[in-house]
Formats: sequence, structure tokens, C-alpha cells
Amino acid sequence: MARIPGTGLAKGLAVTLRHMLRRSVTQQYPEVQPELPPRSRGVIALVEENCTSCMLCARECPDWCIYIDSHKETIPAPEGGRPRQRNVLDRFAIDFSLCMYCGICIEACPFDALFWAPDFEYAEHDIRDLLHEKDRLATWATKVPPPPAHELGAEPPKELAAESAPRPSARSIRPPGALPKRPESEGDA
Amino acid sequence: MIDRAWEHESVSEPKEIVVGVGAGASAVPGKELATEDMVLNIGPQHPSTHGVLRLRLALDGERIATAEPIIGYMHRGAEKLFEVRDYRQIIVLANRHDWLSAFANELGVVIAVERMLGMEVPVRAVWARTLLAELNRVLNHLMFLGSYPLELGAITPVFYAFRERETIQAVMEEISGGRMHYMFNRVGGLKEDLPLGWLERTGRAVADVRRRLPDIENLIMGNEIFLARTTGVGVLDRETILQYGVSGPIARASGVDLDLRRDEPYLAYGELPVKVVTRSAGDCHARFEVLHDQLKVSLDLADACLERLRQLPPGPINQRLPKILKAPEGHTYAWTESPLGLNGYYLVSRGEKTPWRLKLRSASFNNVQVLREMLPGNLLADMVAILGSMFFVVGDIDK
Amino acid sequence: MLEIALRLVVIIGAFLLLPLIVGQLEHKAMAHMQSRLGPMYAGGFHGWAQLIADGVKFVQKEDVIPAAADRAVFKIAPAVALVPYLIVMIVIPVGPGLYGVDLDAGLFFVLAVMGVGVLGSIMAGWSSGNKYSVLGGMRSAAQLMSYELPLVLAASSVAMAAGTLSLTGIVEAWQWWWLPWQAIGAIVFFVAGLAELRRPPFDMPIAESEIIMGPMTEYTGIRFALFMLAEYVGIVVLSALTTVLFLGGWHGPWLPGPVWTLIKIFVLAFVVIWVRVSYPRMREDQLQKLAWVGLVPLALVQLALTGVVKVL
Repeated sequence: MARIPGTGLAKGLAVTLRHMLRRSVTQQYPEVQPELPPRSRGVIALVEENCTSCMLCARECPDWCIYIDSHKETIPAPEGGRPRQRNVLDRFAIDFSLCMYCGICIEACPFDALFWAPDFEYAEHDIRDLLHEKDRLATWATKVPPPPAHELGAEPPKELAAESAPRPSARSIRPPGALPKRPESEGDA
Repeated sequence: MIDRAWEHESVSEPKEIVVGVGAGASAVPGKELATEDMVLNIGPQHPSTHGVLRLRLALDGERIATAEPIIGYMHRGAEKLFEVRDYRQIIVLANRHDWLSAFANELGVVIAVERMLGMEVPVRAVWARTLLAELNRVLNHLMFLGSYPLELGAITPVFYAFRERETIQAVMEEISGGRMHYMFNRVGGLKEDLPLGWLERTGRAVADVRRRLPDIENLIMGNEIFLARTTGVGVLDRETILQYGVSGPIARASGVDLDLRRDEPYLAYGELPVKVVTRSAGDCHARFEVLHDQLKVSLDLADACLERLRQLPPGPINQRLPKILKAPEGHTYAWTESPLGLNGYYLVSRGEKTPWRLKLRSASFNNVQVLREMLPGNLLADMVAILGSMFFVVGDIDK
Repeated sequence: MLEIALRLVVIIGAFLLLPLIVGQLEHKAMAHMQSRLGPMYAGGFHGWAQLIADGVKFVQKEDVIPAAADRAVFKIAPAVALVPYLIVMIVIPVGPGLYGVDLDAGLFFVLAVMGVGVLGSIMAGWSSGNKYSVLGGMRSAAQLMSYELPLVLAASSVAMAAGTLSLTGIVEAWQWWWLPWQAIGAIVFFVAGLAELRRPPFDMPIAESEIIMGPMTEYTGIRFALFMLAEYVGIVVLSALTTVLFLGGWHGPWLPGPVWTLIKIFVLAFVVIWVRVSYPRMREDQLQKLAWVGLVPLALVQLALTGVVKVL
């Protein structure tokens, strides 16, 4: 490397000077809001009507930050039917001071009651205020963006596939060579 | 390694260490001048230890007589927690020990479980995983390309590095929803499919990073002061590397030509032309160069993955899993080339839905132990140069 | 009498104002070189009042003195670091007749007084009762060995050329062709001056990533602010001295003299900042090597060159 001594030093000065003359990349946050993609894991929103208090999310949560209380209520029998029981949600709270933002609760929810919203501006002065009760969680539901469309070459989302055709055709969408959909036999493989 | 570290502490340093005269005092034979060594604790809170690594140095003036890395300030019991978490929950924990290579960490876990299950992962998932792993490597390396000059007093490269990181993080966040802890691997594939247009945006991000990389290069790589601070400093020889189990870019900078991506291909690496970057000098500058060149290689690999993903026939990105996933009885060891070195998971299952034991072999843990050999004889100022060039993450040391 | 008082008031004003401008310049220039914006809020327009806000904050902070510190020395160290630069400012001429005091041995006085400033750093390092501070103080002392000689040699070359030790005399004797003639000396003087100021790439005594601000580790509040002020006054003084000695002070076309002096001072201050943004830190022994193998011989060459040209 036959170089003139000092080239490295001069190059460095040139780089910084060039940057000084260019536009900065800083976004001035409170005035300019960041554009967050729909999948951003900002806050968890609850759609209370969908919740059946099945406790799956609370049980699957790796750090047990979801608190659910519920009681059973008997619905009077409709005409010609039997009285039914249903769960009534008394309390649904997520402690965001414990939450690890993994999203397992949302994945685990079988009834689409939990969603991610990209909002992140809910810092508090007191850590106890990070415990969001169900009314607060419900307010986030308005911020939930529609999920992004999938890339070409992706399988259509389950909902769409199920809607357009029931079971048999959903299977036929898979290309040849793809794996069977229910590898429940994996245990003995 | 664990045994060794503790054994060393108990053998070489009897308990009469008090403040004032340090462990080094007995090691230094009676000198012509009656000087006392000073014990200096670097850390646990010190700007160049990236967190809470503690180094106990005995200093003779500015020269280091003995050095001992003391670890454990950030021990979070990850391995024990693994034992009471199911395989989806483990991914959450696993991506946190080395927070700069979250995707690579998740990967090891799912590969281990998939291997136990004998599960075949869909082709698209394999390629997407490879792509994300390389992007994660780029993110990790950019971090150190920025922070290392910072430790040597160059305050600017870190900002350029973070601008590039931001570019990549944007696409990572778009696909996974997370900026650091992606939580995007699942046993059998990935959590969700790619969003529409993501491949194109990722391609653009990779091109942008590649285009702007010369900024960092010109600013720091050829700088005479930087060269003076790093060449010939902290030379690590091949023998020591093999003894301490040092891996990753640090080992490759000393000519240890081992890269699992090429030597024991996992994911789609077998079909990719993985160029392994090595240097023979083994000094701080060689380590920095390896990191920088690996970054370029990773960008090329990412491009190759993108190209392949565009051509792949439509297909699923994950497997449907049973409600309760149990790994069959047995054990397996899955190791991957994590950005910082070998990252291995030894999974022992008794057929439960949680592992019986999941041993974590993290790269930084081994890489940091070697400091004990490297630091003595160097100046305090070089200590920072060496420490920074060991590219460690404290969470990865303490687990 | 009134005139002297007026001069002193102006100097104190400049002493308070110029470092703030340099500090703000550093904030902004550094930020933009790093693709950032820097302070944007304090004072409204592009954060112009940031340093004033910082000052107010520092004044309000508790003045903590470590239990193990040597209290008297610890307290006085910031003043020792700061006052010499203030005194130096008194004798620097900004324009013809625009100076606090014109000393016959102005150059000698300036170099002698500036050398005292570093004592503040050594005192702070020793008295803090902190190992990192001691290391910083030791580094300050070691650094002293390397820059003082080239600094004096380079300055004496100009004095030789001008045939006077008076700063105003030097500027008056200055001709444009001195620029190439004294170029080596100018560079040596400026580099050695950077080392004296402990500015990057010679900030080993401070080195926040190694010894955590060295002598300043234990300082808080107003005392810390005084150290920072000393650093920025130091930049002003170094730039002003380089201007006066090597760049011809108020000489320049079209614009009035004092404006030229200020322009030159700020250009040099910008270079100081620019170098900080671009370069990593040297090691103490590398600075010694640079000084004794590079700067001192260069300064001697300059002296010889000055002598030869002068005799011819």
C-alpha cells in the first residue's frame, strides 16, 4: 500500500465535510411522527366482544403479565331452547411493565380478541400506571391497522382461503411438493 | 469453560486481595523501584464495557500487569428459564441473550427443535430465514463498526452506522414487527408471510447500505491514527484461540478458517457461495477489517437470497403445528454461525412440552475469557482498543 | 483609567461570549457532520440558547465534593484551569489599537501563562481521590512534556521573523508572504496547541471511553461547567494566537481589521471542531513520538528557515 501519508486523515475530513453540507437524516420526533409498519409491535389492543375469557393468552404469556377475571352467567332460554351459560369478562388487564412484547398472546387467541397496534406513546411517570385495564386496552383497538397484503408467492391468508372455498379447495392451493399441512405425526419422525 | 474460569479465579488469586495492593503485586517480582500496583476496576459500569462486564486490572502505571474478566452481573438465568417454557416461549427468551443478533439466536432454537421432530421446513421459509439471518448479521456488524471507533475516540462513525442500521431495521420491523427482538421464527418456519412489496424494499435497503458503506470506510479504515491505534495491538494467536474456544470474526481475524455457514451448512447456505473472510494478523485492525468485509459478504448473500425468494414457486412459509408441541425424547446439538461466533443449543428432551435441559453455548462467553491472556502487558489505552475489538454483548456472556 | 476599565469590560464580555459562540458552533457543526440536527429547541431558533440553558442547569446543580477529595485543591482546580486563558485574552490584539494591554514581551507572557492552565487539570486529577482521575492527571502531565517545546519553538520562529516579542508588533510586521514562509511553524503551533487544549485527537487525559473524563470525573455543577468553559476559551485563545502569530491578525482586504481577525479565529475554531469530529484519539506515547520525532524537528527546520531567510 504505497500511499501518501495523511491520505486517510484527509479522506476523513472530506467525509465529514460532505455530510455537513448534506441534509441531516434526523426526524424531529414529536413534530414528525414516525411511519410505523402495520406489524409494529407497539401496544396490545383488546376487542372485548370477541373475548370469551378462555385464559389461553394468560396461560401462554411467558411472563404472566395478563390478568383475567370472569364469571359465568346463565342466559335465559330462548324459545324452545335450553338456557345457556356464557363467560362474562370482569377484568382484562395487561401489565406493560412486565410485557416482553413477544406477541404470543395475540397468536394464541383463538377468537381474534387481541391485536397489535403500532402506538408506542404510553410511557408513564409511575410504573404502576403501565397496567392497562380493559377499557384502556379497548381504546387501542381503534388504532389497529389492517394487516398488510402478502408478497406474491405467499399462500393466501387463512381467513381468505377459508372464505373463498371450504376445506377441500384450501388444500388444493398448495403447490405440488409442498408439505402436508398437518404434520401431527412429526413426533415419530 | 465455566469450570476453567472459576478454577482460575480460585487458584491464582488467594483471598488476601484487598483494596490498594492488587493481585498483580505478587506476580511482579521485586523491582528496582518500590512501586505499588494499582487495582483498577473497569466496570461493571464503564462506557467501554457495553453494559456490565467488569475487568479487574492491576496496573503498573498505565501498563496492565494482570487482568481478570469478572462476569455475571447480567445473569438472567436464561438456561433455567428455558426449562419451564414451551418451545414458542423459549424463542422469546432466546432472542434476548445476545440482543444484537436476535434472529440468529432464535434460529438455533428452532433448528434444534425441528431436528428433534424431524420436521421439514418449507423452502420459502428456509430462504426467508437465511435472508433475515444475513440482515441480522449486517445489523450486528454495523453496530460494532460504529461502536469500535467510538471507543477509540472517533465519535462520528457510529452515527453513520446507525443510519444504515435504521435502513435495515425498517425492513426488519416491517416483516416482523420488532426492531431488535424479532420473535419471528417459529418451529417449522416463520410466523407470518412476507408483506407485499417487502422484497423490493429490502433490495433497495441493501443497495442503499452498500452504496453508503464507503462513508465509514473512508472515515475510519484508512485513518492513520486509527491504524496506529489498532495495528499490532492485541495480537491473538491461533493456539490461544483454539484453547479458549474463541470463534467468529475474532477467530477468523487470526487465521482460524472456520465458518459454519460454509463448513456445516444449515438453512440455505449450502446453495449459497459463502465467502469466508479471514485475516492472518490477529490484531485489532484485522478484527475490524474482518467485520467490515463480512458485512459486505452478508449484503451480497442477502441479495442472493432476495433473488432466490423472487423466483421460488408459491408455497407456505410455515408448518401447521399441533396445539401442544412436544419434542420427542432424545437430545441434539444445533449450532449456528451467529454474527459474533458459534452459537449452539444443546437440547435434551424427555418428551415433555418443555425441554429437560437447553444448554446455551454463546459466542461472547468464550470470546471474553481470552482477555485474561491478551490484556497483560498492554497499556490502559490499548485495553479499550482490545476490549472493543472483541465484539461482545454482555447479555451473551452472562446469559 | 476609565479607558482601561472599558477595555477590561469588553474583554470580559468577549471572554464570556466567544466561547459560547464556539460551543454553539461545535454543537451545530458536529451535528450536521454526523447527519444530525443538534440542539433545536432552547431559545426557539435552531436551539441558539442551548449553552445558556446548559449554564443555568449547571448553576442549579448540587456541588458535590467527594469525601476522599483534597477539598481545597479540588475546589480551586477549575479556576486554575480557567483564569490563565482569561489573562491571555487581555493581551491578544484584535485590531490596530484594539487590545487590553500591549506588553513588550507579549508572546513570552502568553506562552508562560497558557502553560499554567494545564496545572488545573493535574490538580483536579490528583485531588479528586479517584483512580481514573489520577490516570487522567498523569496523562495531562505526560502530555505537557510533549507539546510545550514545539509550541515555544514554533512561536519563537515568528518572533525571530518579526524581530519583536510584542504581539501587535508581530502583526504589524506581518507580510502576506509570511504565510508560505511560516507555514510549517503554523502547523506545528496549531497541532501542539490542540495537544495543550486536550482536544481530540489529543484528548487522552479526558478520554471518556477509557478513563471517563479523567480529571473531571468527580466534578459536577458549576465547577464542571468552568472546566468546559476553560476548554472553549482555550479554543478561542489558541485560534486567536494562531491568527495573530501566523495568519496576520487584522490584515486583509476590503473588510475592517477586527472583522478579519474574528473571521480567522472562527475558521480556526471550526478546524478544531472538524478535527474532533473526524479523528480517533491517539495514545499518550504516540503523541510523545509525534512531538519528539515530528513536531520538534519540524519546528527546528522552521527556525532554521526563518533564520536563513532573515539573514539573506
